[in-house]
Parts: sequence; C-alpha cells; structure tokens
Amino acid sequence: MNPKTLERWSPIILLVLTLLIWEGLCRAFSVSEFIFPSPSRIAQQTVEYSGVIAAHAWRTYWVTMAGFGLAIVVGVLLGFVIGSSRLAYAAVYPLMTAFNALPKAAFVPILVVWFGIGIGPAILTAFLISFFPITVNIATGLATLEPELEDVLRVLGAKRWDVLVKVGLPRSMPYFFGSLKVAITLAFVGTTVSEMTAANEGIGYLLISAGSAMQMGLAFSGLVVVGVMAMAMYELFSYIEKNTTAWAHRGSQNT
Amino acid sequence: MTAAAENFVDFQNVWLAYNDELLAQNHFAVEDINLQVKQGEFIAIVGPSGCGKSTFMKLTTGLRRPTKGSIHVGGQMVDGPLKISGMAFQAPSLLPWRTTLDNVLLPLEIVEPYRSQFKEKRAEFEARAIDLLRSVGLGGYERQFPWQLSGGMQQRASICRALIHEPKMLLLDEPFGALDAFTREELWCTLRDLWTERRFNVILVTHDLRESVFLADTVYVMSKSPGRFMVRQEIDLPRPRDLEITYTPAFSDIVHDLRSHIGAFRKT
Repeated sequence: MNPKTLERWSPIILLVLTLLIWEGLCRAFSVSEFIFPSPSRIAQQTVEYSGVIAAHAWRTYWVTMAGFGLAIVVGVLLGFVIGSSRLAYAAVYPLMTAFNALPKAAFVPILVVWFGIGIGPAILTAFLISFFPITVNIATGLATLEPELEDVLRVLGAKRWDVLVKVGLPRSMPYFFGSLKVAITLAFVGTTVSEMTAANEGIGYLLISAGSAMQMGLAFSGLVVVGVMAMAMYELFSYIEKNTTAWAHRGSQNT
Repeated sequence: MTAAAENFVDFQNVWLAYNDELLAQNHFAVEDINLQVKQGEFIAIVGPSGCGKSTFMKLTTGLRRPTKGSIHVGGQMVDGPLKISGMAFQAPSLLPWRTTLDNVLLPLEIVEPYRSQFKEKRAEFEARAIDLLRSVGLGGYERQFPWQLSGGMQQRASICRALIHEPKMLLLDEPFGALDAFTREELWCTLRDLWTERRFNVILVTHDLRESVFLADTVYVMSKSPGRFMVRQEIDLPRPRDLEITYTPAFSDIVHDLRSHIGAFRKT
C-alpha cells in the first residue's frame, strides 16, 4: 500500500482498530453491557431498533437544519452589518463575545417557558449555538480588506456598496464556508442538548429514555447516529467549499 | 488664473493635518506644497520613507481633502475622487477569484460611462483589455489567475487595471519596490512605452533615484516631517531613453546630485 492510499484510508483504519480494541477489552474483562456495551452489542441494538432510531434521527436532522438555516440567515446579515461598519463593529462585538460565552444549554429552560416542549426550543438552541461563528467569519472577511485595494476602487468613484459587492463579499466566501463546517456540528450539539430536556422526540430524547431504561446499547446507537449525521453534513460543506472557492486553496492544488 | 488653466495639476499652498487633534498641535503631514504639472508631464517624487509621499497621492486623487490651500486637476477643483485617475501600488492587490482579464476589467464595472454599458459592450471591453495586456507582454495570460503569474507579471496586470478606463492621470506608489532589479528595469521600459504612446500624466512616488531619473521629466525631492518639497529638478536627458542611458556620466551626475540633497536632510 503506497503512502497516498494509506493516507486516504487512514480514518477508516483507525476506526476499525479502535472498535477492535474496544470489543476485545469488553470481552476480555466481561464488562457488563449495562455499564459499557461492546461495539457488537451496539450494532445489534442499532439494527433491532432501527425503525425507532431512524424516526428520532430524522426529527433531530430537520430540526437541526431549521435552526442552522436560521443561523445562516441571521449570521450572514449580522456579520455583514458588523463587518461593513466600524461603528457597528465597536458596538456589537463585545456584547456578542459575552453572549457567546454563555452556555446555550442554560437557555433551554427559558425557551421551554416561552415556546413549550417540542421543536421550538430545539430549533432555537441550534440557532443560538451556531450563528456566532458565521457572524464572526463574515465580519472578519469584510473587515480585513486591504486598504490599497479600497483606494484603487474609491479613486474611480466606487461607493461603499460597490466595494462590498465586488470585493468584500467574494473575499469573505472562504471564511463563510469555513464557518459553516464549524456551525453545522455545533447545531447538532444544540439540538441534542435541547431535546434531552425539552422534547418527546429526537435523538436527545432517545438518549435520555434509553439511559433511564438501562438500554445502554441503544443510547450509544443514538450517539453514533448524531456523529454520523454531523460528519456527513461537515463533508458536504467541505465539498461545496472546495468547489466554489478553489482560489483560496490554491496552495495545495497547484504545486 | 491663466497659469492654472494650462497646468494639468495645480497645488496652491496645500497643507494637510490628518485630524483636528494634530491640527491643534500644528502637526502637518505635508506643508505648504506648491506644484504645477503640465499636461502629459511625467513627474517623480522621491524622499525618505514616511515623508508624506503617500499623503500627497491621496490629496491628488481626492481621497483626502487639504486642510489649507487648494488643488486643481484638469481644471477641476478637487473635492472628492475625480474618477480621471488610475492607481497602482507596491502590492499588485489583484483579486484571486478573478482571472487576469476580469481583474483588468474591474474598473470598467465601476466607473461611468463604462459601468452602464458594461453588459452590452463586454466583448468590446474584453478586446480592449486583451490589447492592453498584450502591450505589456501579458498576451496569452488573460485566462490565468493572478496567483499563477510571477510577481512582475502581476504588477504589469495591476498597471493595466489602472489604465483600462483611459485615465488622464496615472498615480504609482512605489510600484516596482517589491521586484528584483532585472524585472524592475523591464517594467521601467514597459511604463516608458505606455506613457510614450498614450501621454497621460504620471505621478510616480518612489525611493529609487535611478528609477525617477530614468522615467520622469521632473523629479521632486521631499523632506521628512514636515513633508515639504525641497528640490525641483528637471531631467533634460533626451527622449526616447533606453536603459543604456543609466550608465552614462550625465545620468549618474543627476542621480548623485539628487542623492546629496537627501543626504543633507538626513543630517539636520
């Protein structure tokens, strides 16, 4: 196997190795499946409850995507405002940082009071946790424009808007796609955390109910499913990023 | 005011303080600048770093307004960007997501009257940009991205971008500063040829004395804080000049003379 193929398959090899060691340890020390289930037990339970898991997973998926969609809209608009105006940057940025430091799980009880048990708190938690990186990245992309380039355009009579549309926005696209990859994984965290206390459906709810019924295999299946969904979405955005903003990754492609 | 009418650029006692605080302290970035440039004249401004050369550029293009005094360019009072000038800097600052051709076309998407005709006349504009690129030796590189070009080629493209809308005035802020000596001399010739053919006004800011003497009709030496014009030197070397001239005694004498002025300021 040459080094290139090895590199490509390395995540899978590592995963298989981890699973084998895990399985081996569970068998060697006869760990109780109520404490720490083995991979084979988790797989077995995943198949057994596949219908239930799929329903909860679908719920978590679309709730996350709704919150994430909201985060893109709000994050881009806010980032646009902050990045294009110095005053807005000075006014909003410290508050945003303070807000970002708050644990988003702490919002769930408040959201439940406002919206009741169900999709409301889950969508909003996903949104709250994931809009920040999008905003920061768009704002950074816009605010770090080279002053010379701005002068070149302003000498021609370009308005602020022209500079933003012709230079600022295309320039911040790699930052934007980079932030989507971070934000989508955070959004899954938000939804799952919210569902654990404030929903009767979704992977978060499944985790809590499986845990209280000592169905550890099922609980682990839930974790695996969230992980797989987040990873799939991450790869999707990674793919879109590579194909739309190839100019920003030129180093690796043209050597 | 007849004198003002025949001068393309006319600075009358121009002072600039960057803000009110500095003004209160009587601290000016440039002081008492008087300058008259004829139509089609190539001038160079040399001086130590931080002497207000870039400030001077901002004043000429209308990006900054003078605190005192008045500036006229092409018979118009400068109180905002005039849109008749093109600029290029030490960094080519081309947009990496646009091809070289699209980078050169950028000004036409912004400045009138091209802006409103851009969609319908795109083919014509492209042909013009390709001609311009060819004239600086970038024929065949139109569809390449800037990061596929060498530093000297990027700078050529940057100068094309500054010239595509046929400005009456070209402002160059140390445009060849980041290039190696051979590429720099090649680009001197490129600029010389463009200027000889089109006869726009050029204001070249540089700290390379040989560059200023080789290219310009008139060289101004600026002093450091306060930024003032100390020496005005007409370069009466015959045109067309080629690189050989830089090795003649007459050329060296002028460079040496200018250098002694800058040395003198450093001591005080």
